[in-house]
Amino acid sequence: MSPSDDNVRVREPQQITTRTDSREILANARRDIDRYGLRDYFIVDVDSHHVELDSWSEILEYVDDPVLRRTGKTMAEIWPNAKNLALSNHPPGLTFQDVAGRIPHQAQLAESVEPSGGEHRDLTLVRRAMESMGIDVQVVFPQPMLEIGLHPSAAVETELIFAYNRWFTERILAAEPRVKSMLALPFSHPEACVRTIREFAGKPGVVGFLVTSQRQAEVYRAEYMPVYRELEERGLPIGFHAGPDYSVGKHLNRFVSVHSLSFVTCNMVHLTNWIVNGLPERFPKLKVIWIESGLAWLPFMMQRLDHEYLMRQSDAPLLKRLPSEYMQEMYYTSQPLEMTNMALLESTFKAIHADTQLLFASDWPHWDFDVPGKICGLPFVSAQGRRNILGETARALFRL
Amino acid sequence: MSTSHCVGDSASVPEGGRLVVDVSNVTIGVFRVEGRLYAYENTCPHMGGPVCQGLLIPAVIEQVNDAKVSTGFAFNENDPRIVCPWHGFEFSIKTGCHPASQSVRLRAISVREADGAIHVTV
Repeated sequence: MSPSDDNVRVREPQQITTRTDSREILANARRDIDRYGLRDYFIVDVDSHHVELDSWSEILEYVDDPVLRRTGKTMAEIWPNAKNLALSNHPPGLTFQDVAGRIPHQAQLAESVEPSGGEHRDLTLVRRAMESMGIDVQVVFPQPMLEIGLHPSAAVETELIFAYNRWFTERILAAEPRVKSMLALPFSHPEACVRTIREFAGKPGVVGFLVTSQRQAEVYRAEYMPVYRELEERGLPIGFHAGPDYSVGKHLNRFVSVHSLSFVTCNMVHLTNWIVNGLPERFPKLKVIWIESGLAWLPFMMQRLDHEYLMRQSDAPLLKRLPSEYMQEMYYTSQPLEMTNMALLESTFKAIHADTQLLFASDWPHWDFDVPGKICGLPFVSAQGRRNILGETARALFRL
Repeated sequence: MSTSHCVGDSASVPEGGRLVVDVSNVTIGVFRVEGRLYAYENTCPHMGGPVCQGLLIPAVIEQVNDAKVSTGFAFNENDPRIVCPWHGFEFSIKTGCHPASQSVRLRAISVREADGAIHVTV
């Protein structure tokens, strides 16, 4: 029976599934907009995602190499289940992320989207999330392509990155000025990284470039110096986006273990190489952002690197300061913000100079996403610090 | 001041089922386990997610034999859980608590059943 009480309404849907509208999934986040007065903030979400494999047939059309393009299209056409995967290196372990259906939005956003004026479906989904969370500008990344650094073929990696970047800038970024991206660099091919920057810097919505962090590549190699120089001269930041990797966690038997460690160890390796090889001294104006590793790893890195460096200064002679001092000039995205011990979190905020270096990130629609209200609920952050973290630091960094 | 509201008849929350309703400005999930009703606010203590609209699923347990060897996972049908769809925080429907911490708990809502109808007080 329907409730007879006029103040009672049966909620729809009763259960949130992969087909539920994002705006309903995020209805409770919308309440935070009033609760925290979020309309009075300029909010930039520096890490969110769309599912590029949903548009894979479109992206394959952008592959420049005609032979590889035909290979991909043929693979997609005649191989069962390859329609959204051809040429990619989609890691099967990623399908554990939704905790066996407990977190539906991680598996897919299969909600209904009515075609509207030729707008791409992914852009509509991005808009729904932004409106629900009170976000003014959203930096959007792909998903499985963040694992592309582990692709067995550097040539295919490079072709797919160019194809995706061209598709994304034309179909998504050009259509909505509030959506931005840091485009992936084909990091297995340093010369192609420079070509990427030269082709895409200046295109609407491109606010920097990205190293997809799971890869076997050393950031100190001589071939990368022209890449960093190109970015520094253009005033564009470089980001390192973490990702999961079962090969890092080959001695780990459960996804919670793999995710806990491998999303951090990749950035630990790159950050250590970055500092110890003196790259902050070689490229002092190049802004560096560490993305999606949370914050708990940072006090460990600061203490560990300082401790070892003080005893072994001759191993890193380019450094003029402590490693932690260089780290205090780098930028970090906030998600996933580990909040199980507020005293430790407060110390971490102080250690990294969060008021000027921390960038809010939601990571929507991933299973461990954060909402802007989470920053507003932190009692130890000053009013200006809160404003900086939610958007003002990003506004300056990306020249928005 | 608290007010009692009829949210539906008894059949609207079958055994093992749920009813999620907006009552004035509060969203509430009503659940039935072993014949008894439980009601909670639809706000996860973790980050405010719509917990009562999540997956209903028995607790997963890991079985260890006398030699302390894990023999694998199983469901404990006597410990039904509601899982927040935002981030997967699980709560016992019987206690409203996260299995790892009594302090991480859902806000309980007063619920009673009388004359074939379910009433909550908010």
